[in-house]
Amino acid sequence: MGWTRKDLLAMRDLDASEILLLVDTAATLQEIAGREIKKVPALRGKTIVNLFYENSTRTRTSFEIAGKWLSADVVNFSAGGSSASKGESFIDTAKNIAAMSPDVVVVRHSSAGAAELLARNLSCSIVNAGDGAHEHPTQALLDLLTIREHKGHFEGLSVAIVGDIAHSRVARSNIHGMRKLGMTVTVAGPPTVIPPFVQEMGVKVAYRLEDAIRDVDVIMMLRLQHERMTNGLIPSLREYSRYWGLTLDKLQAQARPDVLIMHPGPVNRGIELSPEVADGPYSVILDQVTKGVAVRMAVLFLLAGSKGAEQA
Amino acid sequence: MTGAPRLREKAQVLDEAALDRALTRIAHEILERNGGAKDLALVGLRTRGVTLAHRLAAKLAAIDGATVPVGTLDITLYRDDLDMRGAPVIRGTDIPFSIKNKTVVLVDDVLYTGRTIRAALDALIDLGRPAMIQLAILVDRGHRELPIRPDYIGKNLPTSRRESVAVRLREHDGEDRVVIEEPEEA
Repeated sequence: MGWTRKDLLAMRDLDASEILLLVDTAATLQEIAGREIKKVPALRGKTIVNLFYENSTRTRTSFEIAGKWLSADVVNFSAGGSSASKGESFIDTAKNIAAMSPDVVVVRHSSAGAAELLARNLSCSIVNAGDGAHEHPTQALLDLLTIREHKGHFEGLSVAIVGDIAHSRVARSNIHGMRKLGMTVTVAGPPTVIPPFVQEMGVKVAYRLEDAIRDVDVIMMLRLQHERMTNGLIPSLREYSRYWGLTLDKLQAQARPDVLIMHPGPVNRGIELSPEVADGPYSVILDQVTKGVAVRMAVLFLLAGSKGAEQA
Repeated sequence: MTGAPRLREKAQVLDEAALDRALTRIAHEILERNGGAKDLALVGLRTRGVTLAHRLAAKLAAIDGATVPVGTLDITLYRDDLDMRGAPVIRGTDIPFSIKNKTVVLVDDVLYTGRTIRAALDALIDLGRPAMIQLAILVDRGHRELPIRPDYIGKNLPTSRRESVAVRLREHDGEDRVVIEEPEEA
């Protein structure tokens, strides 16, 4: 069973065998990070454009390192200081970049569906690196790889995702991926940020942190975005932190001793995670970042490393 | 899907006993050429090269009492024909020892165009700088496209390009045998 898609847009599109192929490929590629010479020639002569309309350090750097370790040429385009600030439309900018014959365009945009729009209009491969509140598939894949490396399997694991579910593309991508791999997902957060559709996605809902984190294998804390307070969804940082912040006390009182604490970053220390938890023995947050490079190498390799099955 | 043409067996080249004798001879040649097993390492190419490397290691242990480390090399990331193939599956390289200053014997089942060995040399050298790399092959079927020559050969087998050579090993195929196959419609 090989990879046949031109693009990677959403976890929702993938079936379990495709997700496992990506995770397995990433798992074998991790070895490259430990080498003295961190470079393999697989994507020599391929060009990858990082087209980022939203700020991102971790994801863009991760894609850039992944491309370079595979010997591709990686070009970064960010909206600030570019033709976008002169008023060029998104699709025009993308078509201009496509006219320079890249093999892969990695796109991040604040609008849901931006990656799919490019996939329909450009002949090169498109990777969605986050589109609005829709999806962020490489984040979900690196979370899945991290979980499997620590727990050994997927089937039957239970996960709590805590925070602003409604606005989280990380939560959405993870829920799709985890459900397809036979994991149980509970989402938790203030009722104002728990969207009504989550139950249709086959997840449970908890309205108290203590209920969500009891007896789960993995706790995934989401970043609280400060702009959520200005639009009235959350009364105050202090209140959010008191009810939804994960502290060592709450963790030790409720969670299993072998629980994994994950966070997609960047962490608001002292708000959703206390520093002792973020840096503590349960935390695999930096491991997630390390695995991110392997996952992005796998994605780039499977999309650009062969012309795809239609020519095989 | 049309798939590859069906193949039928044309002739048996090595039976179980002959295959075992060829490996025993190669093991002796490795020890003779290198003056023993000191600083020696075996690296098999996925998939059957790895099995053959383990068998050679067992032979070296039986003859010389030496423990020779065995590694696994996956050359997918180094191929020069990625564009011509379907989506590749990477199964990973696993060489849990340093190859620096070692004499590394690469092991594969069949040597044909030499392109796999070219990729393997690049992959191996990216992991460190061995003192020497040698090549052990069970069946050399000719038709080289690159200047590559094995140091140890189980069997020289002139073939035509339309034929293929199948090395069947107990661990994968339930039997130890080497056969020539040809397309059914010819």
